[in-house]
Amino acid sequence: MKQTAFTHFHIELGAKMEAFCGYNMPISYSGINDEHITVRNAAGVFDVSHMGEFWAKGPKATDLVQKITSNDVLALTDGKVQYSCFPNGKGGIVDDLLVYRFDAETYLLVVNAANIEKDWEWCAKHAKEMGMEIGKELYNASDEIAQLAIQGPLALKAMQKLTDASVEDMEYYTFKKIDFAGIKDVIFSTTGYTGSGGCEIYIDNKDGDKLWKAVFEAGEEFGIKPIGLGARDTLRLESGFCLYGNDIDDTTSPIEAGLGWITKFNEGNNFIDKEYLLKQKEDKPSRRLKAFEMIDRGIPRHEYKIEDAEGNEIGYVTSGTKSPMLKKGIGMGYVKTGFYKLDTEIFIRVRNKALKAKIVKAPFYKA
Amino acid sequence: MNIPENLKYTKDHEWIRIEGDTAFVGVTDYAQEQLGDIVFIEIEVEGESLDAEEVFGTIEAVKTVSDMFMPVSGEVIEVNPVLEDTPELVNSDPYGEGWMIKIKMRNADEVNDLMDAAAYKATLD
Repeated sequence: MKQTAFTHFHIELGAKMEAFCGYNMPISYSGINDEHITVRNAAGVFDVSHMGEFWAKGPKATDLVQKITSNDVLALTDGKVQYSCFPNGKGGIVDDLLVYRFDAETYLLVVNAANIEKDWEWCAKHAKEMGMEIGKELYNASDEIAQLAIQGPLALKAMQKLTDASVEDMEYYTFKKIDFAGIKDVIFSTTGYTGSGGCEIYIDNKDGDKLWKAVFEAGEEFGIKPIGLGARDTLRLESGFCLYGNDIDDTTSPIEAGLGWITKFNEGNNFIDKEYLLKQKEDKPSRRLKAFEMIDRGIPRHEYKIEDAEGNEIGYVTSGTKSPMLKKGIGMGYVKTGFYKLDTEIFIRVRNKALKAKIVKAPFYKA
Repeated sequence: MNIPENLKYTKDHEWIRIEGDTAFVGVTDYAQEQLGDIVFIEIEVEGESLDAEEVFGTIEAVKTVSDMFMPVSGEVIEVNPVLEDTPELVNSDPYGEGWMIKIKMRNADEVNDLMDAAAYKATLD
């Protein structure tokens, strides 16, 4: 099993550890609910070093990223970040990702840990077709980069103590390369997967100890705590963010998944599956990923069936949990056309019972 | 790990506390710790007579759902009413306020088939 630059800290702190995407990762420390609420109200630190990072560089980098991602990379300017996905050529999604533009010839693609190999093969195949040099113009840095996400309303305030660069007033989804906690060339990005604001910090593995210690020292007065992957999932779901493997995958399209906003059909954005997805958008897909909350008491779970009032199957749950902030069952799932308008009553088959729920708007909780 | 001496235990990590011909049933400290934050308890067998090892309810943590099993046969005469709104009591006080059900035992001899604290502890090592 692989270790991140921070694994020894998790073990030292007594975290509940589990294998995740080949890494020994912390699931929880003080308890998922407590960690969740810490991020909503103060600040929490996530080890997300398992994420993958690819560099696309050189004169063909823009064309490559434009071709393989659904969002319009030309809308990016230096220092901006974009949420996007890789369409898979069959109407589905290879992965969702963040695209960082350093300059017109330098992009960083941040992909899901579970998909690093698949994504790399996919990107390398298209880069090769465009005549790019693999290992140089497209480079997989996943094993060299460590990443911490510091999330919560007090996160930026705490991190400001560690740098002379101004980070507290940075706009959402922007980044800077700065000196931070005595480390040079840190990528400081105001992104995240919790809906509570904060930042994600990318460094070389070798600076892991230095960064971890500095972050907790700076955050102490703000009540900063380490957060595991368990709360990472409840936080992202409460904010209505998709999780690859649950809510989106190779068989779901970005249009069905409500990711039309990152699927840009404008002229100049020629990407894989553009025509297919445009047609699907115009024809309306037969199902959509929708948010719902439980009316009856119960907790929806991945793969539970969704039914209409007569007990006919109309979809399935992709993600579900009990919201730590709202204290009720919430979930997302694919629902057939005709049943996904706001406030529509649907039923979730929880074991032997059909429990009443209704379609709502995501996010479930606005931080 | 808290494993009180005065209780009996099952391999499925339930405990039972005998009081005459009635008994309280819950899940062990080990079980709650393994499950993590308990978010939902569902027990809908009040008034029903169940056999030993039959499912009497489900316990849901953030990430998992598990069944709970009757340690001995008997009638479920009470379900802990506070767990509906405060399932976290199972985490904070699994042997006290976090009890699940009160049962009227059918055959008190069945208790002899259960483990004492030392035997239960041995299964966890």
